[in-house]
Amino acid sequence: MTKLYQGATGDWEAVIGLEIHAQVISESKLFSGASTAFGADPNTQVSFVCAAMPGMLPVINEECVRQAVRTGLAMGCKINLRSIFDRKNYFYADLPQGYQISQFKDPIVGEGHVRIDLEDGSTKDIGVERLHLEQDAGKSMHDQHPTMTYVDLNRSGVALMEIVSKPDMRTPEEAGAYFRKIRSLVRYAGTCDGNMDQGSMRADVNVSVRRPGEPLGTRTETKNVNSIRYVMMVVESEIRRQIDVLEDGGKIDQETRLFDVATGTTRTMRSKEEAHDYRYFPDPDLLPLEFSQEFVDELAKDMPELADAKKDRFVAALHISPYNAGVLVAEKESADYFEALLAATVTKSGKPLSELGTLVANWVIGDLFGALKKLGVGITKSPVSIDHASELLCLQIDGTISGRIAKEVFENMLESGKSPEAIVEEKGLKQVSDTGEIEAMIDEILAANADKVAEYRGGKDKLYGFFVGQVMKQTGGKANPQVVNQLLRPKLDG
Amino acid sequence: MSVDKETVAKIANLARIEVSEEELESTVGELNNILDWVEQLSEVNTDGVAAMTSVVAADLPWREDKVTDGGYREKVLKNAPQAEHGFFAVPKVIE
Amino acid sequence: MSELTKMTLSAARDALHKGEISAVEITKAHLAAIEDAKELNSYIMVTDDQALEMAAKADDMIKGGNAKGMTGIPIGIKDLYCTKGVHSQTASHILDGFKPEYESTVTANLWADGAVMLGKTNMDEFAMGSSNENSYYGPVKNPWRAVGSDKDTVPGGSSGGSAAAVAADISIATTGTDTGGSIRQPASFTGLVGLKPTYGRCSRWGMIAFASSLDQAGPLTKTVRDAAIMIESMAGFDPKDSTSINIPVPNYEAALSGDIRGLKVGVPKEYRVDGMPAEIEKLWQQGINWLKDAGADVVDISLPHTKYALPTYYIVAPAECSSNLARYDGVKYGLRVNGNSLDDMYKKTRAEGFGDEVRRRILIGTYVLSAGYYDAYYLKAQKVRTLIAGDFKAAYEKCDVILTPTAPSAAFNLGEKVSDPISMYLNDVFTVPASLAGLPGISVPAGLSAEGLPLGLQLIGQAFGEEQLLRVAEVLESAASFKEKPAKWWGEKA
Repeated sequence: MTKLYQGATGDWEAVIGLEIHAQVISESKLFSGASTAFGADPNTQVSFVCAAMPGMLPVINEECVRQAVRTGLAMGCKINLRSIFDRKNYFYADLPQGYQISQFKDPIVGEGHVRIDLEDGSTKDIGVERLHLEQDAGKSMHDQHPTMTYVDLNRSGVALMEIVSKPDMRTPEEAGAYFRKIRSLVRYAGTCDGNMDQGSMRADVNVSVRRPGEPLGTRTETKNVNSIRYVMMVVESEIRRQIDVLEDGGKIDQETRLFDVATGTTRTMRSKEEAHDYRYFPDPDLLPLEFSQEFVDELAKDMPELADAKKDRFVAALHISPYNAGVLVAEKESADYFEALLAATVTKSGKPLSELGTLVANWVIGDLFGALKKLGVGITKSPVSIDHASELLCLQIDGTISGRIAKEVFENMLESGKSPEAIVEEKGLKQVSDTGEIEAMIDEILAANADKVAEYRGGKDKLYGFFVGQVMKQTGGKANPQVVNQLLRPKLDG
Repeated sequence: MSVDKETVAKIANLARIEVSEEELESTVGELNNILDWVEQLSEVNTDGVAAMTSVVAADLPWREDKVTDGGYREKVLKNAPQAEHGFFAVPKVIE
Repeated sequence: MSELTKMTLSAARDALHKGEISAVEITKAHLAAIEDAKELNSYIMVTDDQALEMAAKADDMIKGGNAKGMTGIPIGIKDLYCTKGVHSQTASHILDGFKPEYESTVTANLWADGAVMLGKTNMDEFAMGSSNENSYYGPVKNPWRAVGSDKDTVPGGSSGGSAAAVAADISIATTGTDTGGSIRQPASFTGLVGLKPTYGRCSRWGMIAFASSLDQAGPLTKTVRDAAIMIESMAGFDPKDSTSINIPVPNYEAALSGDIRGLKVGVPKEYRVDGMPAEIEKLWQQGINWLKDAGADVVDISLPHTKYALPTYYIVAPAECSSNLARYDGVKYGLRVNGNSLDDMYKKTRAEGFGDEVRRRILIGTYVLSAGYYDAYYLKAQKVRTLIAGDFKAAYEKCDVILTPTAPSAAFNLGEKVSDPISMYLNDVFTVPASLAGLPGISVPAGLSAEGLPLGLQLIGQAFGEEQLLRVAEVLESAASFKEKPAKWWGEKA
């Protein structure tokens, strides 16, 4: 059932498409040997090619080709063995060539689709129209000087993948889920770092509204939206704005809009957008980009496992609940941490993977995520190393400490950064499993509480917990609960 | 097909070349002469003919992904009409 | 003037190698001759100091036993080549003051072999023209004048300065560039040998682009042997140019065996164009006879799409130029004319910086690529271009090399055709088809017109068939035995 928006005059349906620009992970630029590293001083990562000096020519970076193919494979798209680089001609201060080398008619990656997960537990397939390689522009700074704009060409020529969706989304939630999904795919595939605050990923958001069943309305395009939340805000506010305009008898202009973070709304660009005429034509400095199916197969063979496959594997092989598996794979770093921890724990404990999956997953999601959230840091900044974490879990698995003590040790690890073994040793937190010692303790307790023993034997079963509590109290919580049970029950039952 | 003043003004704007009102008139004539002359191509039957993409049969060479260039800001900015604080400077752009 | 300036490149090379003359001596002789020939306006910039430094180094190379074909040879470089720290403006105002921080691959190759740069030669702005009247630095005068006339004639274009310099003995040889005939037509107008190699034979890196799919570097020389020596130094694969071809450079001079017995020379009937002067028709027939006498077989061939070559060229070349010249925007280098906004600055800069012909071609190119016209013009032209290349392919089933006139007339008077672009364009009617097909062509001086002006014949070879092309050209050259020189009317009277 398509989500509808209520207006004063009836229902409306929104149609949303996203063009996502994802910066390719590569050492050097798409057509020049200058570095792509983020944050350098202005114009220090600029070659004569990047600055479009007279007589300079482009030579393609093979890794960028591979990355585009990998991304295409991750999205289940058709890979085009022959594609063409075109010039997109327009003038702008940070476009030194006066054209952007892009792919117009024949992109490197064709159609495919991705599946998005929605909050109600349902899924939806969103079509991918294409992916093409293109050059990024430089950066214009308008606020450094009262009458001048400053131009930094460090980004000029960095490889971008433009991933164009089909207009298959209908709600802000779907747009957000799609953006999140693409981000997850490129990050798992290792083709884009997805760092939105560094501009590695941004979206142009196309929105139109129509009466259900009617042809497409006029769309607006909001450029350079750089977070999932903002994409959802843009969609929400554009839907509302367009419905209001149309219901007031106005019409929607096909225009480029800008997102205003402060107000959470979009506004029309102040500069007069003239009718674009990009005059695309094949770049005569380059030949067609061609490769074999074997080249694609080779890349497919070496593709890293993607989130969906990982989730399925966690459920099937590790017996982790689908919900928890979903939580673990949502961010590649979490999944990586989990898998590394699981592997370390398997090695240390000697127990099989399938037995440890749930324990490790529960610890990561429950204990670790909770602690990280409190600390306000991401998993890559976790104060607890894989080594220490696996040590802690092993102490629990081999019965050295109880689950309750483990939590206490973990708290201590977060504060002190010490190894769990050291903490257990230092604080004498080792679990008491010595049956003789525990038996003597039980005898003492039963003798001291003869009245309660009598009540229990008289049918007051609930008192069992009282005796366990007494044992634990005496051992400072270190008594092995299983051993306590084994010994206590027969003694009480007489 | 021929161009009129309005079209020439539009093309000149796309090409970012200022053409004065007087020049516009003569430019219309010049361009139409040339366009009329190239018009003869329409008589060639090109059904099923592929457009030329490169005159030589060769494979596009691929470059290894290594940082081999850049890191010479002075040289990049040396010929700039106006450069300040390591940036190219242009008249202010309002978005 | 010194006899040193009268030497051919091969004679100078032999004398240098034998130590009979020094590079400094021959360089000085040429610098003096340049000073004497200022009114030809063939040099935009003379690099005296640099020339003498390079000559001294060349002498060291020779003494050290490392002499190559070009060592110590003083040459002029077309202003279109980027030469490090030296005026490189493609004779345009838009590149005002531009001194590149890099050296073009072709000139770097020449300097590595010990060639000596005398200076930068005049040309039609951005290589657009056939008379060298479109230079920001004023027209070049052809050393040749009609017998009994004191009217200036044009040296052809766009490599007019390069041609005039060699014809006037103020450079032993020069580099030119050929997009639609810019080496061959001026060679014909000035009694020289002009070679345009196969597209991809020489690197375009550091050559200021006019039309990327057509531009090629080549030499203008006094003899075919000179051309063979010089092209060997200029040519070669360059990983910085994606359209340069990785084929070894042969010893071209070794190919000049003088033996063309059994070789099949094609004569295309479509080159007998309406209104071709009888003397050119006659010269062509003479050429056919010379090659026959040398033992070649002459075959009639057909290149059916010949008449469409010029209109095709005048769509493709302007389209590419409109995009290639977008980088001249007053931001990174060259001229800036201030305006009240970025766009205003662009428009004023480009209006003032580009000359009439360049502006005309940018506008035509912008138009043929614009929305709604792309298919009818640009795409159509690229399809016809395929047919033109196909014509040559079919012809080479029947013949090894093709003989045609180089230009439809001898040099015309300065100012005669400036106001009629199309009649100017028709100058390239015989040279453009080979350019569109990427094939090598060479113009060889073959005789004088009734007015006493030089006329050339063109040989068109197969892709990368320069050895055979040069071999036939040398046979043609010896048969024609063209020894005439222009009567000196400039400078100090001899």
